[in-house]
Amino acid sequence: MTKNYKILLAIIISSIIGANNTVTAQGSPADSQSLSMALQGGTIHIGNGEIIENGTVVFEKGLITYVGDENQQAEKNIDVSGQHIYPGLIAPNTRLGITEVDAVRSTRDFAEVGQYNPHIRALIAYNTDSDIIPTVRSNGILLAEITPSGGIISGQSSIVQLDAWNWEDAVYNSGSDEYKPAGIHLNWPSPYKYDRSINATTANDSYKENVDRIYKEFAEARAYQKIEGTPDPENLRFEAMAPVFDKSVRVFVHVNHKKGILDVIQFGESFGLKIVITGGNEAWKVADYLAEQEVPVVINATQRLPQSDDSSIDQPFKMASILEDANVLWCFSHHGSWEQRNLPFQAGQAVGFGLDQEAAIRALTLNTAKIYGIDQTLGSIEKGKDATIVVSDGNIMDPQSSIILHAFINGRTIDLDNKHKELYRKFGSKYGILD
Amino acid sequence: MKKLIYFFLFLSPLFLKAQETFPENGAPHEKEGHFAFTNGEIHINSDQVIKDGILIIKNGKIVDVGDDLTIPASAIKINLRGMHVYPSFIDLQTSFGIPPAPSPHRPSKEQLLSSKKGPYSWNESIIPEYRSQDEFIFDENQAKKWRNIGFGTVLSHRRNGVVRGSGLLTTLDNSRPHLSILNPLASSHLAFSKGASNQTYPTSLMGMIALIRQLYLDGEWYKIQGNEKETNLSLQAWNELQNLPQIFEVGNKLEVLRAAKIAKEYNKIYIIKGNGTEYQRADAIKKTGMPLIVPVDFPEPYDVEDPLNADLVSLEMMKHWEWAPSNPGILEEKEISFAITSAGLKEEKKFLTNIRTAILNGLSEKTALDALTILPAKWLGEEDRLGQLQQGFLANFFISDHPIWDEEAQIIENWIQGNQYKVQDRPNPIVGNSYNLLIGENSYEFTVPEKGEKIKLIDEDSASLTGEISMEFNRVNIIYSTPQNEYIRLSGIAKGDRIEGDALLPSSESVNFVATLQKDNKSEKVKERTESPESDKTPLLYPFTAYGRQEIPEQKTYLITNVTVWTNESESILENTDVLVQDGKIKDIGSIRKPRKAVEIDGTGMHLTPGIIDEHSHIAISRGVNEASQASSAEVRIGDVINSEDINIYRQLAGGVTTSQLLHGSANPIGGQSTLIKLRWGMTPEELKFEGADSFIKFALGENVKQSNWGERNTVRFPQTRMGVEQVYEDYFTRAREYGENKNGTKPYRKNLELECLLEILKSERFITCHSYVQSEINMLMHVAEKFGFRVNTFTHILEGYKVADKMEKHGAAGSTFSDWWAYKYEVIDAIPYNAAIMNKAGVNTSLNSDDAEMARRLNSEAGKTVKYGGLSDVEALKLVTLNPAKMLHIDDRVGSIGIGKDADIVLWNGPPLSNFSRAEKTFIDGRIYFDREENEKKAQQIKEERARLIQKMLQAKKGGKNVQKPQLKKQKEYHCETIGE
Repeated sequence: MTKNYKILLAIIISSIIGANNTVTAQGSPADSQSLSMALQGGTIHIGNGEIIENGTVVFEKGLITYVGDENQQAEKNIDVSGQHIYPGLIAPNTRLGITEVDAVRSTRDFAEVGQYNPHIRALIAYNTDSDIIPTVRSNGILLAEITPSGGIISGQSSIVQLDAWNWEDAVYNSGSDEYKPAGIHLNWPSPYKYDRSINATTANDSYKENVDRIYKEFAEARAYQKIEGTPDPENLRFEAMAPVFDKSVRVFVHVNHKKGILDVIQFGESFGLKIVITGGNEAWKVADYLAEQEVPVVINATQRLPQSDDSSIDQPFKMASILEDANVLWCFSHHGSWEQRNLPFQAGQAVGFGLDQEAAIRALTLNTAKIYGIDQTLGSIEKGKDATIVVSDGNIMDPQSSIILHAFINGRTIDLDNKHKELYRKFGSKYGILD
Repeated sequence: MKKLIYFFLFLSPLFLKAQETFPENGAPHEKEGHFAFTNGEIHINSDQVIKDGILIIKNGKIVDVGDDLTIPASAIKINLRGMHVYPSFIDLQTSFGIPPAPSPHRPSKEQLLSSKKGPYSWNESIIPEYRSQDEFIFDENQAKKWRNIGFGTVLSHRRNGVVRGSGLLTTLDNSRPHLSILNPLASSHLAFSKGASNQTYPTSLMGMIALIRQLYLDGEWYKIQGNEKETNLSLQAWNELQNLPQIFEVGNKLEVLRAAKIAKEYNKIYIIKGNGTEYQRADAIKKTGMPLIVPVDFPEPYDVEDPLNADLVSLEMMKHWEWAPSNPGILEEKEISFAITSAGLKEEKKFLTNIRTAILNGLSEKTALDALTILPAKWLGEEDRLGQLQQGFLANFFISDHPIWDEEAQIIENWIQGNQYKVQDRPNPIVGNSYNLLIGENSYEFTVPEKGEKIKLIDEDSASLTGEISMEFNRVNIIYSTPQNEYIRLSGIAKGDRIEGDALLPSSESVNFVATLQKDNKSEKVKERTESPESDKTPLLYPFTAYGRQEIPEQKTYLITNVTVWTNESESILENTDVLVQDGKIKDIGSIRKPRKAVEIDGTGMHLTPGIIDEHSHIAISRGVNEASQASSAEVRIGDVINSEDINIYRQLAGGVTTSQLLHGSANPIGGQSTLIKLRWGMTPEELKFEGADSFIKFALGENVKQSNWGERNTVRFPQTRMGVEQVYEDYFTRAREYGENKNGTKPYRKNLELECLLEILKSERFITCHSYVQSEINMLMHVAEKFGFRVNTFTHILEGYKVADKMEKHGAAGSTFSDWWAYKYEVIDAIPYNAAIMNKAGVNTSLNSDDAEMARRLNSEAGKTVKYGGLSDVEALKLVTLNPAKMLHIDDRVGSIGIGKDADIVLWNGPPLSNFSRAEKTFIDGRIYFDREENEKKAQQIKEERARLIQKMLQAKKGGKNVQKPQLKKQKEYHCETIGE
């Protein structure tokens, strides 16, 4: 039996017998941090591309108070020598908590009826008690963007922390009490379309028309914001778009083709929007331009098939390193809900194809926080930031060694148990294979 | 000196030949249609040509042909000086005069049985009773199009269904169908196409193939005993069709091979109508020995001006644009018999042009003519009256002004059954001539243009005047303007060497003019080709797609040195070890001195593992992974529809996969027969098959088979619950057992391919891979199996295997699962990533599979997940994707471990194989390197360069005035278990 597994097993079994030689998880959601804590002797992956070997992180009342290689003591000390300390991973563009079983309609709460739904809020449907969330959390993903889909403007997304009593408790507002979406999601029309008569995809003749419609919608929405006094009648959809025009809320534009990406950049510029390219399968083709225009990209899952037969067979695997080399601000993402637990492995796949290890970590943490405008408090292990931290036995991006031993959200000690571990214990003990 | 005889008298109306059964209204006005064509170059067939020949026809037939014949006085003489006469063409692939079948509609609920009333086939796409003769109506508009491009006879059938019934052979002579129809029952037609059927079965290509197979058996059964048990007009008609030429329409080169395979099984010859891609697998097609019908609808270049849209067009499509005109030439070179059809052409005028292009690209003129005349005639058994200009043959011939394959050749007339059909006016005989014109005192020279009306009158001082010339019969008009801008009009008559007449001057006066022939340009004309043969084509690739290869990699002797070897044998992991590969096998392991001829591969710092075996894959399958129409489709075979050209084969080699089990989907409790392939990228479908492997079949349980997530339309097929699923098995196995008893008895029985397959399971000659999720159904199937005396070989997906691992172990079933999928549907609500580890530890032979073209590229790191989820050792984890699936598939004597004598199906990784930071550097199958990362980089570069070259060529074509087509992206569909439809 491997060393990793022994540790993991200890954790799993500890939940049954109640003993605990590491940290007492207080169940979920966890209480706020009462004792100051020190993680001692681990490799600290700061999240900004740097590492500190044999380092210590101290946090108190939910905030990081020390990061460095000096010996520091706290009220509670945890030996993490030989282990790896990372900022809690952030999963962008997910359906966590808004779908439970994909094929069961009654559990699908991610797509509303209508084309322009900027007023729709995904957060409202977010189920903090989803069985999926603990399976994701226990792989080191501590925050996620809850994202609506469908239509042209799908609605508003929110960043949530994944250990909460309810959506109010979950939403991450960087300290502010006021509700503010993480972004508004816009689905850019496809420049290409499938033509059934020839069983092939060709240029979409109505592409320009479709784009014009979006321009028109945004022009009207912007004009609406300039109406003096109270508009009569009030247009809830346009009201919801107010913050995109003062750049306080980002517009995440789902677009994959080069043609679309170029047009989206132009679109953002003409309305003065803060644009984030989301998906961006062909972003690698315009990496320099994206860097020059300072347009960030949330990339689709690395583990996907190449775009076409002629594409380089590794093209999705190499995408990340191309953007990195071009100095684009970008981050990893994965689609769906339960799939989020594989987010770190999307990064690992890119590492195998030329991406620097720490750059990969950055694109799971600090880059993501920057893209969502929450990097003041999250995304890296730096003094003053939230103590949202994960400890893995080995490299968090490689499935065989990504064994999560501790997780903290704002200093709270997070329960790493989940339904799958419970079933493992139940049936593992039936067959007597847990020893 | 030529006489100006205007031989193209339009002989109207059509002469009516004796029509014995018809009453006469008034005095009969019968004509003999007796003609003698003289002085033309008569192409009797592609070998025999008579210069200055004589062709005599009468009553629609050729009476005589030769160079020294007495012309009967009663024959109308037609002078064909300078002209060429060819046998009219024959097209085997038309629907001339046949109304199309109604378009299919989608019934509101699944339609399980045929809606056709009467004692016919249970399946709507089996229509042998359809006779084209019953619906045929001569359509002059259509006929004219074919006649104008040289056709005289067409075989016509209705393109509807898998078995389409009979075709009729008719000439394009529009007199009376009684005379033009040469054979009302001329051919039998089949296709891989469901046509207008609204019935669910078949939903896949393999279903169509199964239907045809069973039909052959049922036909035999009906002949011998079935007709006593039932009246079945479809079977009766089918039997009657068997002695006719069998024409099989397919959609691409691989389907040619598939049709040929059926033909061989039932001792048939199919004439296979392909789609023009046959050159891409010409050697394999040659081996089938089947004759072909090929189109000449060569693709237009793509409009690649917009670089972003141009990205849509694959290298395959670009290359096909370049190679398509070579198809006939390559088939000729390979000595494959083929006929040419006009089918598929958007504009019929392209027909001759495209054949000429094909000739520039390697097709010989002789073969081109044979493919349109003598061969189709022979195949139809009409070689005694069609396809040549011999005595006694039908008077079907066309007249052209140049040899027909010359670029400038035009068809002037097409004579069919002795009737003349004008295609265009013959150029006036004076065209091309130069004359010296005298008008009063003035003298000019001019040449009658080949095209258009513009002429130049050049005077003695070489000054020129412009004018126009027009001609009708032998009257010639010329108009030109003087330097004073006055018009002079000439009106004369051409006779012999001269044109004489009056010149009308502006002043109302008129004077005589005479134009005297200077020289006859036409006889001096040299053949010119404006287009030169394509010479810069790059070689063919196998498969014909990006990353295809020119040749199958060589089986060399390789010594991989100083490598970490994951043997999966008793010694487990060996470090700093050498492995010798020879003749496709592992020859030695240890510290080995390099044999002289061996190629050394330095494995320092690298890891060598057995090739990955994907127990559950749906790549490399054409046109449907599910025959989703019935609760059982045991008769269908994935092995019939292997798609050797799927890029995913190559992509997965890059992930270290060497063997994949291609499974039927999970749409029904009893799916279809599986096939096992090695990923020998470049080889043909049959060559991919894992030789000598045991037979397997896919079963399925749960939501897919009860159509839970298919919507309200699909609620009629049995079963709709897990309760029903059990009874499907009880029922089918009971029937199979009875069938087996009948088969062993003395009475004749109807051979049933579905029950044959199930009987193999009962006899443990075929093994089950069962898609399964929840514990109740897993338990159930093991009980059914035990009751019928066999074992379930493998449960696949088996996401609740951990709940019944002890029972599986006891039963002897293996489990092949996903590493961590769950929550995508209700039945995976309890799926856990610890499943594989629990089953493995509980003694179940366990593997991890993909069911997904993407995941299969990284099964190594999927296996790595079991170290995290459940704590398997590295060695045990790797076995989940190598040795364990090999055992499940009964091929562990060949693959799955690195031991002396095993197949050299191995992977060299640049790091520890379970890590997702590692990648496969080289993948060997049978000791051949099928994937090499360095070579891959080169290929990627070649693809770039090749695309650039072809794009330049297409841009030149567009700028040179060629029509272009919109760029388009065609993608092979990715299949999963639950994918329905093609």
